[in-house]
Amino acid sequence: MRGFNFNLWVGGILTLVVICGAVFAPLLTSLDPVFDANLMNAELPPGREFWFGTDAQGRDIFTRVLYGAQISLTVGVVSQVINSVIGLTLGISAAYWGGWWDDLVNGLTNVMLAIPSLIFALAIMAILGPGLPSLLIALGLTNWSWTCRIARSSTLSLKGQGYVQAAQTLGYGDIRIMATQLLPNMVGPILVISTLGIGAAVLAEAALSFLGLGIRPPFPSWGSMLTNARELIVIAPWATIFPGLAIFITVLGFNLLGDGLRDYLDPHMRTREQ
Amino acid sequence: MTPLLELKGLHVGIPARRGNVDIVTDVGFSILEGEAFGLVGESGSGKSLTALSLIRLLKKPLKVTAGQILFKGEDLRALSDREMRKLRGARIAMIFQEPMTALNPLKTVGRQIAEMFVLHQGKSWAEAERLAIGALADVQVPAPEERVRAYPFQMSGGMRQRVMIAIALACDPDLLIADEPTTALDVTVQDEVLKLIAQLCSARGTAVLLISHDLGVIANMCQRVGVMYSGRLVEERDTYDIFADPQHPYTKGLLGALPRLGSRHGEGGRQRLVDIDSLITDKASLLQEFYHEPRHKIRDPRVRAGGAA
Amino acid sequence: MLRFTIRRLLQMIPTIFAVALLIFVIFSVIPGSFASSLMSDGRTNADPETLARINAEFGLDKPVHVRFGEYIVGLVQFDLGTSFRFREPVTEVIGDRVWASLKLSVAAMVFAIVVGVPLGFIAALRPGSILDTATMVGAVSGLSMPQFWLGLLLMYFFALQLGWLPSFGYGGGDPLYLILPAITLGVTPLALLARTTRAGVLEIMNEDFIRTAHSKGMSNARVVRWHLMRNVMVLVVTTIGLQFGSMMGQAVVIEKLFAWPGIGLLLVDSVAIRDIPVVQGTILVIVVWFLVINTFVDIIYAAIDPRIKQT
Repeated sequence: MRGFNFNLWVGGILTLVVICGAVFAPLLTSLDPVFDANLMNAELPPGREFWFGTDAQGRDIFTRVLYGAQISLTVGVVSQVINSVIGLTLGISAAYWGGWWDDLVNGLTNVMLAIPSLIFALAIMAILGPGLPSLLIALGLTNWSWTCRIARSSTLSLKGQGYVQAAQTLGYGDIRIMATQLLPNMVGPILVISTLGIGAAVLAEAALSFLGLGIRPPFPSWGSMLTNARELIVIAPWATIFPGLAIFITVLGFNLLGDGLRDYLDPHMRTREQ
Repeated sequence: MTPLLELKGLHVGIPARRGNVDIVTDVGFSILEGEAFGLVGESGSGKSLTALSLIRLLKKPLKVTAGQILFKGEDLRALSDREMRKLRGARIAMIFQEPMTALNPLKTVGRQIAEMFVLHQGKSWAEAERLAIGALADVQVPAPEERVRAYPFQMSGGMRQRVMIAIALACDPDLLIADEPTTALDVTVQDEVLKLIAQLCSARGTAVLLISHDLGVIANMCQRVGVMYSGRLVEERDTYDIFADPQHPYTKGLLGALPRLGSRHGEGGRQRLVDIDSLITDKASLLQEFYHEPRHKIRDPRVRAGGAA
Repeated sequence: MLRFTIRRLLQMIPTIFAVALLIFVIFSVIPGSFASSLMSDGRTNADPETLARINAEFGLDKPVHVRFGEYIVGLVQFDLGTSFRFREPVTEVIGDRVWASLKLSVAAMVFAIVVGVPLGFIAALRPGSILDTATMVGAVSGLSMPQFWLGLLLMYFFALQLGWLPSFGYGGGDPLYLILPAITLGVTPLALLARTTRAGVLEIMNEDFIRTAHSKGMSNARVVRWHLMRNVMVLVVTTIGLQFGSMMGQAVVIEKLFAWPGIGLLLVDSVAIRDIPVVQGTILVIVVWFLVINTFVDIIYAAIDPRIKQT
C-alpha cells in the first residue's frame, strides 16, 4: 500500500515546468535576452507588456529568466553527469579492486569532503576564469564524493553475492562485471543523489555567478542577474524577486523530486520517517 | 478470595465508525495473588496485545474496545493517566522479549534501574543508584558494584535480561508480565533466566503472567495456562490437565508440535510433528494482514529443525 | 577520553597535508597559474620584464618542487607567504579577519540550533499536525532557497523598507549589524537541523527502550527528558558539526553580500585580483576550520555516546 507520493509529483511537475521554460524559451517570448535592451523601458514594474518588469537596461526580465533556465539546467545537468561518472568510476573500481587503489580513492574522497565544495569550485574558477566551460569543470569536479561513497559501499555489499562470483567464474572481464553486474544494481540510490546534486549545482552556479565568477553579464544567468539587481533593489525590487524565485523553484523541484524518488525506491525509509 | 487480576470480555482492536475490527476477542481469565499464569499461542494470536492492554501501553490505532480489566477489584480502564502511571511499573511491571533493544544504549544499567526508585519511591538519585546495586545483586549479576556503571552494550543478552528483571521487580510489584522473556536468548541461558524469574517471584509473592509461544516454557513455571488462538482464549485449565487431556483442536496441535514434553528441544526425535495449517480461519488471515507476517505452521525454528531431523 | 581526543587530533594532520598539496597543485602546476592569470586579466599591463620581476620577488621563478618544498616548510612554521596586494604576511591578513568570520558563523549556528532543533522536536511529537507540515515545507524551502537571495530580500525588507536594522557592513562590531547576515547564513543549517531532529525523534520514539520507559510508569514528559533527548542529540550533533564546517562555503557569499569583513570576503576579493597566496591561505584556513570542528564534534559525540570510545 503506497499512498500519494506528494514529493515525487510536485517535484516532477516543478522540474517539468522549468525544463519546458528552458526548451521552449524562443516560443514563449519574442524578445532577445541580451540584445533587446531599451533604456526607454528601464526599470519598468511588472505589467501587461513586461510580465516580470524590466531591468536597468530595459531588458525584459521574463525573457531573461526563461533563457537563464537554459544556463542553469545545462550547468546543473552536465556538471552532475561529470560528478556521477567520476564518483561511480572511482567508487566501483575502488571497492572492486581494493588494495592501494581503494586506499587512494578513500583518501581522496576524505580530502574532497574536507573542503566545502563551493570553496573548491571557487578556487577552480579563480584559475580558469569566468564562463560556462569553467563552471562545468569547477562544479563537475567538486561534488562527486557522496556518489563515490555510495558506489563504493554498494559494490562492497554486492561483491560477495552469488551472481558477481558467477560472472567471475564465467570469465567475464573486470570492466564488464563492473558495468553490467554492479552498476545496474545501484541505479536507484545514484539517481536520488544525482537529482539532489543537480539542485545543489544550480545553487552553486547561482552563487558563483552572483560573486561575478561564473557566468558574466550580459548573459542571462540568474545569479548574475541578481548581482545587477542588487544595486536597484529599492527602485526595482522585481529585478531581485523573479530571478531568485526561478532559482528557488528549480532547486525546490529537484529537491522534492530527489526526496520523492527516495521514498518511491525505498518505501521502508518512508514508513519509518512518518 | 478476589483475584489479583481479572479480565472480563476483553476486546482489543481498531476502533472504526462502522464496527470495530477486533484483533483480540472476548478474552477473560483471572490471576490469583502470587500465582503464575501462562498464556500460550502463536505469534499474532493476540497474547502480547492482551498483555499490553493490561498496562495500557497499546500503540495507536489499537485500543481496548470492550471489557473490563480489574486489578484488585478496580477497573484499570477507568483510571486517569496519572493514576495508571503510579500503578505501571510499581504494581504491575513488564519484561519484554528483546533485551538487546529494550534498554537505552546511552545510559548505564544502574541509572536505568535507579529510575524506578526515583519515580515511584521519591528517592534521590544518589540513594537510588545505591539501591540499584542491591537490585542487581538480587538478579544474580556478578560484581554488581561494578556492573551498575556498565552500559547495555557491554553486557550479554542474558545479563541484560537480568537487568530488565531487576528493573521490573525493583518496586516489588504485585504482578509481573513477562512477554516472551527468554525467546531471544541462547538456549542455555533461557533456563537460568526462567528459574530466576520463578524463584524471585515466588519468594516475593509476585504473581506472574508469563507469555510464550512455547508450552514447554510455560509448563515449567505456571500452575494454570490459557491457550490463545486467533485472538480468542480457546482453552483455560490447570497446566497438568491441559497436557493430560487437551480439549481444543488447536491445543492438541500445539502439544503435537512439541517434540517432547518438558524439554524444549527435540533431540533428534523422529516423530512427525503436527502442523496447524489446516486450522486457518478467516480471522487468522485478517490477523496475518495486520502483522505483515506470512503464516507458517509454527514459527519456531527449533521445532521446524526437529521436524526435519 | 584524552587518548581518544589526541588520536582524533593526530588523524587531522594527514588530511591537512593532503589538502595543502591539492591546493598547491591546483594553483601552481595547472597551466594558467599566477603569471598567465596576470596576463589574461586585462587589468594589468604586464610586460615580460615586470613579470619576471614579480616572479622573482615572490619566488615564482623557481622550479615547482622547490616551491612546494618551501611552501610546506613555511606551512609547518605557520608561514603562508606574502600577500601580493597587501605586501604583508598572509597569516596576518587572515588573522585580522578570522574573528569576524567566527562571530558570524557562531551566531548563525546558534540561531539555527535554537530555532531548528525545538521546531523539529515539536513537529515530531505531533506528526501530521499543521505545525509539522509547516515545518517540513519550510525546511525543504529553506534548503532550496539561494541564501544570498534570501539575504537580499531580508535586507530589502528589514533594512531598506522598515529601517529596523543596518543593511550591511561590520559597524565596528555593533551586534545589530550581525543579525541579518547571521539569520541568512543560518537558514540552511536550520532547515537541516529541523529535518534531522524530526526524523531522529520519530525513529527513536519507535525504539523498544522507549516502550520500556513507558512501562516503568513515566509520564510522556519524563520519557522525553530522560530517554529521548540524549539519544536524539547524538544524531543532531553530527548534523551540527557537518553544517558548522560547510557553512564556511556559504559564508563566502553571505560575507560578500553584506560586506562583512571576514575571511570569506577576503577570499572573494583576493580571487578577483588574483592574490594567490591569500587565496591559498584562506582556503587552507577554511579547511582546517572544517576539520577542527569535525574533530571537536567527534569528541563531543564520544562523550555522549559510550559506544564510540570502545571502537
